[in-house]
Amino acid sequence: MRFEGIAHRYGRDVDTDVIIPARYLNTSDPDELAAHCMEDLDQDFVKKVQPGDILVAEENFGCGSSREHAPIAIKASGVSVVIAKSFARIFYRNAINTGLPIMEAPDAVDGISSGDRVAVDADTGIITDLSTGTSWQAQPFPDFIRDIIEKGGLVAAAREKVGK
Amino acid sequence: MPRPMTVTEKILASHAGMDEVRPGQLINCRLDLVLANDVTAPIAIKEFRKVGVESVWDPERIALVPDHYTPNKDIKSAEQAKMVREFAREQHITHYYEVGCMGVEHALLPEQGVVVPGDVVIGADSHTCTYGALGAFATGVGSTDAAVGMATGEAWFKVPTSLKFEVTGELGPWVSAKDIILHIIGMIGVDGALYQAMEFTGDTIERLDMDGRMTICNMAIEAGGKSGIIAYDDVTAAYVTGRAEREWTVFSSDGDAEYVRTYSLDASSIKPTVAFPHLPSNTRLAEESRDITVDQVVIGSCTNGRLEDLRVAAGILKGRHVHPHVRAIVIPATQKVWTDAMHEGLFDIFVDAGAAVSTPTCGPCLGGHMGILASGERAVATTNRNFVGRMGDPTSEVYLASPAIAAATAVAGHIALPDDLD
Ligand code: SF4
Repeated sequence: MRFEGIAHRYGRDVDTDVIIPARYLNTSDPDELAAHCMEDLDQDFVKKVQPGDILVAEENFGCGSSREHAPIAIKASGVSVVIAKSFARIFYRNAINTGLPIMEAPDAVDGISSGDRVAVDADTGIITDLSTGTSWQAQPFPDFIRDIIEKGGLVAAAREKVGK
Repeated sequence: MPRPMTVTEKILASHAGMDEVRPGQLINCRLDLVLANDVTAPIAIKEFRKVGVESVWDPERIALVPDHYTPNKDIKSAEQAKMVREFAREQHITHYYEVGCMGVEHALLPEQGVVVPGDVVIGADSHTCTYGALGAFATGVGSTDAAVGMATGEAWFKVPTSLKFEVTGELGPWVSAKDIILHIIGMIGVDGALYQAMEFTGDTIERLDMDGRMTICNMAIEAGGKSGIIAYDDVTAAYVTGRAEREWTVFSSDGDAEYVRTYSLDASSIKPTVAFPHLPSNTRLAEESRDITVDQVVIGSCTNGRLEDLRVAAGILKGRHVHPHVRAIVIPATQKVWTDAMHEGLFDIFVDAGAAVSTPTCGPCLGGHMGILASGERAVATTNRNFVGRMGDPTSEVYLASPAIAAATAVAGHIALPDDLD
Protein backbone atom coordinates (compact mmCIF):
# COMPACT_ATOMS: atom_id res chain seq x y z
CA MET A 1 0.00 0.00 0.00
CA ARG A 2 1.34 3.38 -1.02
CA PHE A 3 -0.16 6.78 -0.24
CA GLU A 4 0.76 10.17 -1.55
CA GLY A 5 -0.76 13.55 -0.82
CA ILE A 6 -0.46 16.96 0.76
CA ALA A 7 0.26 17.08 4.49
CA HIS A 8 -2.11 18.91 6.85
CA ARG A 9 -0.31 19.39 10.13
CA TYR A 10 -1.85 19.88 13.58
CA GLY A 11 -0.59 19.98 17.16
CA ARG A 12 -0.86 17.61 20.09
CA ASP A 13 -3.99 16.23 21.81
CA VAL A 14 -6.26 16.59 18.77
CA ASP A 15 -9.37 15.20 20.44
CA THR A 16 -12.38 13.37 19.08
CA ASP A 17 -14.63 16.34 19.91
CA VAL A 18 -12.81 18.50 17.37
CA ILE A 19 -12.38 15.66 14.86
CA ILE A 20 -16.15 15.25 14.83
CA PRO A 21 -18.16 17.37 17.30
CA ALA A 22 -20.87 15.61 19.27
CA ARG A 23 -23.53 17.83 17.74
CA TYR A 24 -23.16 15.76 14.56
CA LEU A 25 -23.23 12.37 16.25
CA ASN A 26 -26.91 11.90 15.61
CA THR A 27 -25.88 10.26 12.35
CA SER A 28 -23.36 7.62 11.40
CA ASP A 29 -23.37 8.36 7.66
CA PRO A 30 -19.70 8.69 6.60
CA ASP A 31 -20.32 11.52 4.11
CA GLU A 32 -22.40 13.57 6.55
CA LEU A 33 -19.68 13.11 9.17
CA ALA A 34 -16.93 13.97 6.70
CA ALA A 35 -18.64 17.28 5.94
CA HIS A 36 -17.83 18.40 9.51
CA CYS A 37 -14.47 16.73 9.96
CA MET A 38 -12.02 18.80 12.06
CA GLU A 39 -14.50 21.68 11.98
CA ASP A 40 -13.87 22.99 15.50
CA LEU A 41 -10.11 22.99 14.99
CA ASP A 42 -9.86 24.13 11.40
CA GLN A 43 -12.96 25.50 9.70
CA ASP A 44 -11.32 25.19 6.27
CA PHE A 45 -10.15 21.59 6.60
CA VAL A 46 -13.03 20.15 4.62
CA LYS A 47 -12.48 22.69 1.83
CA LYS A 48 -8.73 22.07 1.72
CA VAL A 49 -8.50 18.31 1.95
CA GLN A 50 -8.10 16.39 -1.32
CA PRO A 51 -8.43 12.61 -1.77
CA GLY A 52 -5.17 10.98 -0.71
CA ASP A 53 -4.05 13.80 1.58
CA ILE A 54 -2.19 13.02 4.77
CA LEU A 55 -3.01 14.16 8.31
CA VAL A 56 0.05 14.84 10.43
CA ALA A 57 -0.20 15.53 14.17
CA GLU A 58 1.85 15.48 17.33
CA GLU A 59 1.23 13.42 20.48
CA ASN A 60 -2.02 11.76 21.59
CA PHE A 61 -4.01 12.10 18.38
CA GLY A 62 -7.64 11.07 18.80
CA CYS A 63 -7.85 11.41 22.56
CA GLY A 64 -11.27 11.58 24.15
CA SER A 65 -14.32 9.59 23.32
CA SER A 66 -14.58 6.14 21.81
CA ARG A 67 -16.63 7.42 18.88
CA GLU A 68 -15.75 5.45 15.78
CA HIS A 69 -17.27 8.42 13.97
CA ALA A 70 -13.82 10.02 14.31
CA PRO A 71 -11.79 7.63 12.11
CA ILE A 72 -14.84 7.23 9.87
CA ALA A 73 -15.06 11.00 9.34
CA ILE A 74 -11.33 11.27 8.64
CA LYS A 75 -11.38 8.41 6.18
CA ALA A 76 -14.48 9.69 4.39
CA SER A 77 -12.97 13.18 4.14
CA GLY A 78 -10.39 11.68 1.77
CA VAL A 79 -7.44 11.36 4.13
CA SER A 80 -5.37 8.31 3.16
CA VAL A 81 -3.21 7.94 6.27
CA VAL A 82 -2.68 9.67 9.62
CA ILE A 83 0.89 10.09 10.85
CA ALA A 84 1.27 11.13 14.50
CA LYS A 85 3.84 11.05 17.28
CA SER A 86 1.41 8.92 19.26
CA PHE A 87 -2.25 7.97 19.16
CA ALA A 88 -4.82 7.76 21.91
CA ARG A 89 -5.48 4.12 22.65
CA ILE A 90 -9.12 3.79 21.61
CA PHE A 91 -8.56 5.80 18.45
CA TYR A 92 -5.66 3.52 17.53
CA ARG A 93 -7.90 0.47 17.94
CA ASN A 94 -10.77 2.05 16.06
CA ALA A 95 -8.57 3.08 13.17
CA ILE A 96 -7.26 -0.47 12.77
CA ASN A 97 -10.70 -2.00 13.17
CA THR A 98 -12.24 0.33 10.58
CA GLY A 99 -9.35 0.28 8.13
CA LEU A 100 -7.96 3.81 8.46
CA PRO A 101 -4.17 3.45 8.07
CA ILE A 102 -2.23 5.14 10.86
CA MET A 103 1.47 5.34 11.60
CA GLU A 104 3.41 6.36 14.67
CA ALA A 105 6.46 8.29 13.48
CA PRO A 106 7.67 11.07 15.80
CA ASP A 107 10.69 11.98 13.65
CA ALA A 108 8.65 12.28 10.49
CA VAL A 109 6.12 14.49 12.28
CA ASP A 110 8.92 16.84 13.31
CA GLY A 111 10.20 17.01 9.75
CA ILE A 112 6.98 17.48 7.79
CA SER A 113 5.44 20.92 7.28
CA SER A 114 1.88 21.70 6.29
CA GLY A 115 1.57 21.81 2.53
CA ASP A 116 4.48 19.42 1.89
CA ARG A 117 3.88 16.57 -0.53
CA VAL A 118 4.40 13.31 1.36
CA ALA A 119 4.62 9.69 0.24
CA VAL A 120 4.05 6.75 2.58
CA ASP A 121 4.92 3.16 1.82
CA ALA A 122 2.85 1.25 4.35
CA ASP A 123 4.55 -2.06 3.61
CA THR A 124 8.07 -0.91 4.36
CA GLY A 125 7.08 1.84 6.79
CA ILE A 126 9.11 4.41 4.85
CA ILE A 127 7.76 7.95 4.91
CA THR A 128 9.22 10.47 2.43
CA ASP A 129 8.70 14.21 2.36
CA LEU A 130 8.85 14.79 -1.41
CA SER A 131 9.04 18.56 -0.92
CA THR A 132 12.26 18.34 1.11
CA GLY A 133 13.55 14.95 0.01
CA THR A 134 13.88 13.63 3.57
CA SER A 135 12.86 10.06 4.49
CA TRP A 136 12.10 8.34 7.78
CA GLN A 137 11.54 4.74 8.82
CA ALA A 138 8.34 4.27 10.84
CA GLN A 139 7.44 1.39 13.18
CA PRO A 140 5.72 -1.35 11.23
CA PHE A 141 2.54 -2.83 12.73
CA PRO A 142 2.92 -5.88 14.98
CA ASP A 143 1.98 -9.10 13.12
CA PHE A 144 -1.21 -9.61 15.09
CA ILE A 145 -2.49 -6.19 14.03
CA ARG A 146 -1.22 -6.50 10.47
CA ASP A 147 -3.22 -9.71 10.28
CA ILE A 148 -6.45 -7.87 11.17
CA ILE A 149 -5.69 -5.16 8.62
CA GLU A 150 -4.80 -7.67 5.91
CA LYS A 151 -8.06 -9.52 6.43
CA GLY A 152 -9.83 -6.20 5.86
CA GLY A 153 -10.56 -5.14 9.43
CA LEU A 154 -11.90 -6.75 12.54
CA VAL A 155 -15.32 -7.65 11.14
CA ALA A 156 -13.81 -9.46 8.17
CA ALA A 157 -11.44 -11.28 10.53
CA ALA A 158 -14.38 -12.31 12.71
CA ARG A 159 -16.32 -13.46 9.62
CA GLU A 160 -13.50 -15.78 8.80
CA LYS A 161 -13.50 -17.08 12.35
CA VAL A 162 -17.22 -17.86 12.46
CA GLY A 163 -16.77 -19.65 9.12
CA LYS A 164 -18.84 -17.46 6.82
CA MET B 1 4.54 -20.69 39.68
CA PRO B 2 3.31 -17.92 37.38
CA ARG B 3 5.19 -14.63 37.47
CA PRO B 4 4.04 -12.04 40.02
CA MET B 5 1.17 -10.13 38.45
CA THR B 6 -0.92 -7.03 38.96
CA VAL B 7 -4.66 -7.33 39.47
CA THR B 8 -5.14 -6.25 35.84
CA GLU B 9 -2.77 -8.92 34.52
CA LYS B 10 -4.47 -11.59 36.64
CA ILE B 11 -7.94 -10.72 35.39
CA LEU B 12 -6.74 -10.71 31.78
CA ALA B 13 -4.83 -13.98 32.18
CA SER B 14 -7.87 -15.71 33.65
CA HIS B 15 -10.05 -14.57 30.75
CA ALA B 16 -7.44 -15.57 28.17
CA GLY B 17 -7.28 -19.05 29.71
CA MET B 18 -3.61 -18.57 30.57
CA ASP B 19 -1.61 -18.97 33.76
CA GLU B 20 0.20 -15.72 33.22
CA VAL B 21 0.41 -12.77 30.86
CA ARG B 22 3.03 -10.08 30.35
CA PRO B 23 2.69 -6.42 29.40
CA GLY B 24 2.83 -6.02 25.63
CA GLN B 25 1.49 -9.50 24.94
CA LEU B 26 -1.44 -9.66 22.50
CA ILE B 27 -4.16 -11.91 23.85
CA ASN B 28 -7.69 -12.92 23.03
CA CYS B 29 -10.05 -12.73 26.01
CA ARG B 30 -13.44 -14.10 26.87
CA LEU B 31 -15.77 -11.22 27.73
CA ASP B 32 -18.26 -11.00 30.58
CA LEU B 33 -20.17 -8.02 29.21
CA VAL B 34 -20.35 -5.89 26.07
CA LEU B 35 -21.88 -2.42 26.27
CA ALA B 36 -23.01 0.14 23.72
CA ASN B 37 -25.15 3.29 23.82
CA ASP B 38 -27.40 5.23 21.46
CA VAL B 39 -24.43 6.87 19.75
CA THR B 40 -22.20 3.83 19.35
CA ALA B 41 -24.70 0.95 19.13
CA PRO B 42 -26.12 1.95 15.73
CA ILE B 43 -22.68 1.55 14.10
CA ALA B 44 -22.06 -1.60 16.15
CA ILE B 45 -25.36 -3.07 14.95
CA LYS B 46 -24.52 -2.31 11.31
CA GLU B 47 -21.13 -3.98 11.75
CA PHE B 48 -22.67 -6.89 13.67
CA ARG B 49 -24.85 -7.64 10.63
CA LYS B 50 -21.72 -8.07 8.54
CA VAL B 51 -20.09 -10.66 10.81
CA GLY B 52 -22.30 -13.42 9.52
CA VAL B 53 -23.97 -14.66 12.71
CA GLU B 54 -27.72 -14.65 13.24
CA SER B 55 -27.74 -13.92 16.93
CA VAL B 56 -25.60 -12.40 19.62
CA TRP B 57 -23.29 -14.62 21.59
CA ASP B 58 -25.30 -14.28 24.80
CA PRO B 59 -28.35 -11.99 25.11
CA GLU B 60 -27.79 -11.70 28.87
CA ARG B 61 -24.25 -10.41 28.50
CA ILE B 62 -24.96 -7.42 26.34
CA ALA B 63 -26.04 -4.07 27.71
CA LEU B 64 -27.63 -1.47 25.45
CA VAL B 65 -28.21 1.86 27.16
CA PRO B 66 -29.68 4.75 25.18
CA ASP B 67 -28.54 7.64 27.37
CA HIS B 68 -26.70 10.24 25.30
CA TYR B 69 -29.59 11.88 23.43
CA THR B 70 -32.52 10.35 25.26
CA PRO B 71 -35.30 11.25 25.84
CA ASN B 72 -34.86 11.73 22.11
CA LYS B 73 -33.48 15.13 21.27
CA ASP B 74 -34.58 15.26 17.64
CA ILE B 75 -35.70 13.07 14.76
CA LYS B 76 -32.24 11.76 13.97
CA SER B 77 -31.62 10.78 17.59
CA ALA B 78 -35.03 9.15 17.67
CA GLU B 79 -34.06 7.06 14.65
CA GLN B 80 -30.85 5.96 16.34
CA ALA B 81 -32.65 5.06 19.56
CA LYS B 82 -35.24 3.16 17.51
CA MET B 83 -32.56 1.13 15.81
CA VAL B 84 -31.11 0.15 19.20
CA ARG B 85 -34.55 -0.69 20.60
CA GLU B 86 -35.49 -2.86 17.63
CA PHE B 87 -32.19 -4.71 17.80
CA ALA B 88 -32.63 -5.28 21.53
CA ARG B 89 -36.08 -6.76 20.94
CA GLU B 90 -34.99 -8.88 18.01
CA GLN B 91 -32.03 -10.30 19.91
CA HIS B 92 -33.88 -10.59 23.25
CA ILE B 93 -31.24 -8.46 24.95
CA THR B 94 -32.08 -8.56 28.66
CA HIS B 95 -30.09 -5.47 29.64
CA TYR B 96 -31.83 -2.91 27.50
CA TYR B 97 -32.94 0.20 29.35
CA GLU B 98 -35.80 2.28 28.02
CA VAL B 99 -36.55 5.87 29.01
CA GLY B 100 -38.12 5.60 32.44
CA CYS B 101 -35.69 3.01 33.76
CA MET B 102 -32.63 4.28 31.90
CA GLY B 103 -29.65 6.07 33.36
CA VAL B 104 -26.19 7.17 32.34
CA GLU B 105 -24.65 3.81 31.44
CA HIS B 106 -21.62 3.89 33.74
CA ALA B 107 -23.69 4.81 36.76
CA LEU B 108 -26.46 2.42 35.81
CA LEU B 109 -24.65 -0.87 35.18
CA PRO B 110 -22.73 -1.07 38.49
CA GLU B 111 -25.81 0.12 40.39
CA GLN B 112 -27.93 -2.61 38.82
CA GLY B 113 -25.36 -5.30 39.56
CA VAL B 114 -24.75 -5.97 35.86
CA VAL B 115 -20.98 -5.59 36.22
CA VAL B 116 -19.27 -7.62 38.95
CA PRO B 117 -15.74 -7.80 40.37
CA GLY B 118 -13.25 -9.76 38.29
CA ASP B 119 -15.16 -9.15 35.03
CA VAL B 120 -13.64 -8.28 31.69
CA VAL B 121 -15.92 -5.69 30.11
CA ILE B 122 -15.68 -3.80 26.86
CA GLY B 123 -17.94 -0.87 26.18
CA ALA B 124 -18.32 1.26 23.11
CA ASP B 125 -17.90 4.30 25.30
CA SER B 126 -14.63 5.64 26.59
CA HIS B 127 -15.76 5.92 30.20
CA THR B 128 -16.32 2.17 30.46
CA CYS B 129 -13.17 2.31 32.60
CA THR B 130 -15.50 3.37 35.47
CA TYR B 131 -16.13 -0.28 36.42
CA GLY B 132 -12.54 -0.65 37.55
CA ALA B 133 -13.92 0.72 40.82
CA LEU B 134 -15.51 -2.71 41.35
CA GLY B 135 -12.25 -4.54 40.77
CA ALA B 136 -13.09 -5.38 37.15
CA PHE B 137 -11.04 -4.87 34.01
CA ALA B 138 -13.16 -2.55 31.90
CA THR B 139 -12.12 -0.54 28.91
CA GLY B 140 -13.62 1.63 26.23
CA VAL B 141 -13.53 0.42 22.65
CA GLY B 142 -15.12 1.44 19.36
CA SER B 143 -18.30 0.22 17.77
CA THR B 144 -16.52 -2.39 15.64
CA ASP B 145 -14.96 -3.99 18.70
CA ALA B 146 -18.38 -3.97 20.34
CA ALA B 147 -19.95 -5.55 17.24
CA VAL B 148 -17.45 -8.39 17.16
CA GLY B 149 -17.74 -8.72 20.94
CA MET B 150 -21.53 -9.07 20.63
CA ALA B 151 -21.08 -11.72 17.94
CA THR B 152 -18.28 -13.77 19.48
CA GLY B 153 -18.01 -12.90 23.18
CA GLU B 154 -14.32 -12.24 22.68
CA ALA B 155 -11.96 -9.33 22.13
CA TRP B 156 -8.24 -8.86 21.53
CA PHE B 157 -6.13 -6.88 23.96
CA LYS B 158 -2.57 -5.83 24.31
CA VAL B 159 -1.77 -6.46 27.97
CA PRO B 160 -1.10 -3.00 29.40
CA THR B 161 1.71 -2.02 31.69
CA SER B 162 0.50 -0.73 35.04
CA LEU B 163 1.01 2.51 36.91
CA LYS B 164 0.41 2.57 40.65
CA PHE B 165 -1.08 5.59 42.40
CA GLU B 166 -0.75 5.28 46.14
CA VAL B 167 -2.80 7.91 47.95
CA THR B 168 -2.38 8.09 51.71
CA GLY B 169 -3.57 10.37 54.46
CA GLU B 170 -6.67 12.38 55.29
CA LEU B 171 -8.46 14.51 52.74
CA GLY B 172 -8.94 18.15 53.72
CA PRO B 173 -12.26 19.98 53.88
CA TRP B 174 -14.25 19.94 50.62
CA VAL B 175 -11.67 17.71 48.96
CA SER B 176 -13.29 14.77 47.20
CA ALA B 177 -12.52 11.88 44.88
CA LYS B 178 -12.95 14.29 41.96
CA ASP B 179 -10.16 16.48 43.31
CA ILE B 180 -7.88 13.46 43.69
CA ILE B 181 -8.31 12.41 40.08
CA LEU B 182 -8.13 15.97 38.68
CA HIS B 183 -4.96 16.44 40.70
CA ILE B 184 -3.49 13.23 39.26
CA ILE B 185 -4.40 14.16 35.67
CA GLY B 186 -2.96 17.63 36.20
CA MET B 187 0.22 15.98 37.43
CA ILE B 188 0.72 13.38 34.68
CA GLY B 189 -1.12 14.99 31.74
CA VAL B 190 -3.78 13.79 29.33
CA ASP B 191 -1.43 11.17 27.92
CA GLY B 192 0.40 10.44 31.18
CA ALA B 193 -1.06 6.95 31.33
CA LEU B 194 -1.35 6.30 27.59
CA TYR B 195 -2.09 2.59 26.91
CA GLN B 196 -1.57 1.81 30.62
CA ALA B 197 -3.65 0.48 33.52
CA MET B 198 -3.94 2.92 36.43
CA GLU B 199 -4.15 1.13 39.75
CA PHE B 200 -5.29 3.22 42.70
CA THR B 201 -4.28 2.11 46.19
CA GLY B 202 -3.54 3.49 49.64
CA ASP B 203 -5.59 4.17 52.73
CA THR B 204 -7.26 7.27 51.28
CA ILE B 205 -8.63 5.22 48.40
CA GLU B 206 -9.63 2.43 50.80
CA ARG B 207 -11.73 4.90 52.78
CA LEU B 208 -13.58 6.16 49.71
CA ASP B 209 -17.11 4.90 49.20
CA MET B 210 -18.05 3.27 45.92
CA ASP B 211 -19.42 6.50 44.45
CA GLY B 212 -16.06 8.19 44.97
CA ARG B 213 -14.14 5.20 43.64
CA MET B 214 -16.21 5.29 40.47
CA THR B 215 -15.46 9.00 40.04
CA ILE B 216 -11.75 8.20 40.12
CA CYS B 217 -11.78 5.23 37.76
CA ASN B 218 -14.18 7.07 35.44
CA MET B 219 -11.50 9.62 34.61
CA ALA B 220 -8.63 7.18 33.98
CA ILE B 221 -9.28 7.69 30.27
CA GLU B 222 -8.69 11.44 30.69
CA ALA B 223 -5.08 10.57 31.46
CA GLY B 224 -5.02 8.34 28.38
CA GLY B 225 -5.35 5.20 30.51
CA LYS B 226 -6.64 1.94 29.12
CA SER B 227 -8.29 1.19 32.43
CA GLY B 228 -8.44 2.25 36.05
CA ILE B 229 -8.74 -0.24 38.86
CA ILE B 230 -9.21 -0.39 42.61
CA ALA B 231 -8.77 -3.82 44.13
CA TYR B 232 -11.71 -5.59 45.74
CA ASP B 233 -12.06 -4.94 49.48
CA ASP B 234 -14.76 -4.67 52.16
CA VAL B 235 -16.28 -1.60 50.51
CA THR B 236 -16.55 -3.49 47.22
CA ALA B 237 -18.00 -6.52 48.99
CA ALA B 238 -20.63 -4.43 50.74
CA TYR B 239 -21.55 -2.72 47.48
CA VAL B 240 -21.98 -5.82 45.34
CA THR B 241 -23.64 -8.00 47.97
CA GLY B 242 -27.35 -8.20 47.24
CA ARG B 243 -26.86 -6.32 43.99
CA ALA B 244 -24.62 -8.44 41.76
CA GLU B 245 -26.60 -10.61 39.41
CA ARG B 246 -23.75 -13.09 38.94
CA GLU B 247 -21.09 -14.75 41.04
CA TRP B 248 -17.91 -12.72 41.20
CA THR B 249 -14.22 -13.50 41.42
CA VAL B 250 -11.73 -11.65 43.55
CA PHE B 251 -8.30 -10.80 42.17
CA SER B 252 -5.56 -8.77 43.80
CA SER B 253 -2.07 -7.64 42.88
CA ASP B 254 0.92 -9.62 44.09
CA GLY B 255 3.21 -7.72 46.42
CA ASP B 256 6.09 -8.00 43.96
CA ALA B 257 4.06 -7.26 40.81
CA GLU B 258 5.67 -5.01 38.25
CA TYR B 259 4.70 -1.36 37.86
CA VAL B 260 6.22 0.97 35.32
CA ARG B 261 6.06 3.67 37.93
CA THR B 262 4.60 4.27 41.38
CA TYR B 263 3.29 7.70 42.29
CA SER B 264 2.91 8.40 46.00
CA LEU B 265 0.47 11.14 46.87
CA ASP B 266 -0.20 12.77 50.20
CA ALA B 267 -3.97 13.29 50.37
CA SER B 268 -3.65 16.16 52.80
CA SER B 269 -1.78 18.19 50.19
CA ILE B 270 -4.57 17.89 47.60
CA LYS B 271 -6.84 20.92 47.45
CA PRO B 272 -10.14 21.51 45.67
CA THR B 273 -9.15 21.51 42.01
CA VAL B 274 -10.66 22.85 38.79
CA ALA B 275 -9.66 21.83 35.26
CA PHE B 276 -9.66 24.90 33.02
CA PRO B 277 -10.47 24.78 29.32
CA HIS B 278 -9.67 22.93 27.17
CA LEU B 279 -8.00 19.89 28.72
CA PRO B 280 -8.74 17.93 31.90
CA SER B 281 -5.04 18.25 32.72
CA ASN B 282 -5.17 22.04 32.75
CA THR B 283 -5.76 22.13 36.48
CA ARG B 284 -5.64 25.02 38.93
CA LEU B 285 -6.63 25.33 42.54
CA ALA B 286 -10.24 26.39 43.06
CA GLU B 287 -9.07 29.01 45.55
CA GLU B 288 -7.05 30.65 42.78
CA SER B 289 -9.89 30.60 40.27
CA ARG B 290 -12.42 32.93 41.89
CA ASP B 291 -12.16 35.44 39.04
CA ILE B 292 -13.93 33.03 36.67
CA THR B 293 -17.60 34.03 36.37
CA VAL B 294 -19.99 31.45 34.97
CA ASP B 295 -23.27 31.29 33.07
CA GLN B 296 -24.15 27.70 33.85
CA VAL B 297 -23.46 24.97 36.36
CA VAL B 298 -24.11 21.32 35.58
CA ILE B 299 -24.18 18.71 38.32
CA GLY B 300 -24.51 15.21 36.92
CA SER B 301 -22.89 12.71 34.49
CA CYS B 302 -21.21 9.36 34.92
CA THR B 303 -18.46 11.10 36.85
CA ASN B 304 -20.50 12.85 39.52
CA GLY B 305 -24.20 12.20 39.11
CA ARG B 306 -24.60 9.62 41.85
CA LEU B 307 -26.52 10.02 45.10
CA GLU B 308 -23.54 11.02 47.22
CA ASP B 309 -22.70 13.75 44.68
CA LEU B 310 -26.22 15.13 44.82
CA ARG B 311 -26.17 15.04 48.62
CA VAL B 312 -23.02 17.12 48.71
CA ALA B 313 -24.47 19.66 46.27
CA ALA B 314 -27.76 19.82 48.16
CA GLY B 315 -25.92 20.36 51.43
CA ILE B 316 -24.41 23.51 49.96
CA LEU B 317 -27.50 24.75 48.12
CA LYS B 318 -29.79 24.25 51.12
CA GLY B 319 -31.23 27.57 52.21
CA ARG B 320 -29.29 29.41 49.51
CA HIS B 321 -30.17 30.64 46.06
CA VAL B 322 -28.53 30.17 42.70
CA HIS B 323 -26.93 33.40 41.45
CA PRO B 324 -29.33 35.33 39.17
CA HIS B 325 -26.87 35.12 36.26
CA VAL B 326 -26.41 31.36 36.55
CA ARG B 327 -28.48 28.49 35.20
CA ALA B 328 -27.99 25.52 37.48
CA ILE B 329 -28.92 22.12 36.08
CA VAL B 330 -28.97 19.00 38.24
CA ILE B 331 -29.12 15.65 36.45
CA PRO B 332 -29.34 12.52 38.60
CA ALA B 333 -27.41 9.84 36.73
CA THR B 334 -29.97 7.06 37.00
CA GLN B 335 -33.63 6.56 37.71
CA LYS B 336 -32.72 5.06 41.10
CA VAL B 337 -30.52 8.01 42.01
CA TRP B 338 -33.43 10.24 40.92
CA THR B 339 -35.92 8.39 43.12
CA ASP B 340 -33.60 8.22 46.11
CA ALA B 341 -32.79 11.92 45.80
CA MET B 342 -36.47 12.73 45.58
CA HIS B 343 -37.33 10.68 48.66
CA GLU B 344 -34.50 12.28 50.60
CA GLY B 345 -35.95 15.69 49.84
CA LEU B 346 -32.98 16.80 47.75
CA PHE B 347 -35.22 17.99 44.93
CA ASP B 348 -36.98 20.43 47.24
CA ILE B 349 -33.60 21.87 48.09
CA PHE B 350 -32.52 22.15 44.45
CA VAL B 351 -35.79 23.62 43.26
CA ASP B 352 -36.07 26.05 46.18
CA ALA B 353 -32.55 27.18 45.35
CA GLY B 354 -33.61 27.93 41.79
CA ALA B 355 -31.96 24.95 40.08
CA ALA B 356 -33.53 22.81 37.36
CA VAL B 357 -33.74 19.06 37.94
CA SER B 358 -33.70 16.84 34.87
CA THR B 359 -34.55 13.24 34.12
CA PRO B 360 -31.39 11.09 33.76
CA THR B 361 -29.47 11.73 30.53
CA CYS B 362 -25.93 12.49 29.38
CA GLY B 363 -27.42 15.64 27.87
CA PRO B 364 -25.13 18.64 28.22
CA CYS B 365 -22.08 16.58 29.21
CA LEU B 366 -21.32 15.95 25.56
CA GLY B 367 -23.11 18.99 24.21
CA GLY B 368 -26.08 16.86 23.24
CA HIS B 369 -29.08 18.67 24.68
CA MET B 370 -30.55 19.95 27.97
CA GLY B 371 -28.15 22.81 28.55
CA ILE B 372 -26.04 23.70 25.52
CA LEU B 373 -23.74 26.70 25.84
CA ALA B 374 -23.90 29.72 23.53
CA SER B 375 -20.82 31.45 22.14
CA GLY B 376 -18.48 32.73 24.81
CA GLU B 377 -20.48 31.19 27.67
CA ARG B 378 -18.81 29.44 30.56
CA ALA B 379 -19.91 26.49 32.63
CA VAL B 380 -18.61 24.74 35.68
CA ALA B 381 -19.53 21.09 35.35
CA THR B 382 -19.01 17.97 37.42
CA THR B 383 -18.42 16.09 34.16
CA ASN B 384 -15.13 14.74 32.85
CA ARG B 385 -14.22 16.56 29.62
CA ASN B 386 -13.70 20.19 28.77
CA PHE B 387 -12.52 19.95 25.19
CA VAL B 388 -13.28 22.73 22.69
CA GLY B 389 -17.00 22.72 21.94
CA ARG B 390 -17.70 19.88 24.36
CA MET B 391 -20.80 21.51 25.81
CA GLY B 392 -21.86 23.70 22.92
CA ASP B 393 -20.44 26.50 20.82
CA PRO B 394 -16.71 26.12 20.06
CA THR B 395 -16.03 29.42 21.84
CA SER B 396 -17.79 28.30 25.02
CA GLU B 397 -15.77 27.05 27.98
CA VAL B 398 -16.14 24.18 30.43
CA TYR B 399 -14.44 24.08 33.83
CA LEU B 400 -14.41 20.67 35.52
CA ALA B 401 -14.90 20.47 39.26
CA SER B 402 -16.39 18.50 42.13
CA PRO B 403 -20.06 18.73 43.14
CA ALA B 404 -19.07 20.90 46.13
CA ILE B 405 -17.24 23.45 44.00
CA ALA B 406 -19.98 23.36 41.36
CA ALA B 407 -22.71 24.00 43.92
CA ALA B 408 -20.76 26.83 45.57
CA THR B 409 -20.10 28.32 42.13
CA ALA B 410 -23.81 28.20 41.28
CA VAL B 411 -24.52 30.36 44.33
CA ALA B 412 -21.57 32.73 43.99
CA GLY B 413 -21.80 33.23 40.22
CA HIS B 414 -18.07 32.67 39.95
CA ILE B 415 -15.82 29.75 40.86
CA ALA B 416 -16.03 29.48 44.62
CA LEU B 417 -15.43 27.22 47.58
CA PRO B 418 -18.33 26.33 49.88
CA ASP B 419 -16.61 28.21 52.71
CA ASP B 420 -16.76 31.40 50.64
CA LEU B 421 -20.53 31.45 50.96
CA ASP B 422 -22.03 33.25 53.91
S1 SF4 C 1 -22.28 11.36 31.09
FE1 SF4 C 1 -20.87 12.28 29.62
S2 SF4 C 1 -18.98 11.17 29.82
FE2 SF4 C 1 -20.57 9.96 30.83
S3 SF4 C 1 -21.26 8.50 29.29
FE3 SF4 C 1 -22.57 10.30 29.15
S4 SF4 C 1 -21.62 11.65 27.62
FE4 SF4 C 1 -20.11 10.13 28.22
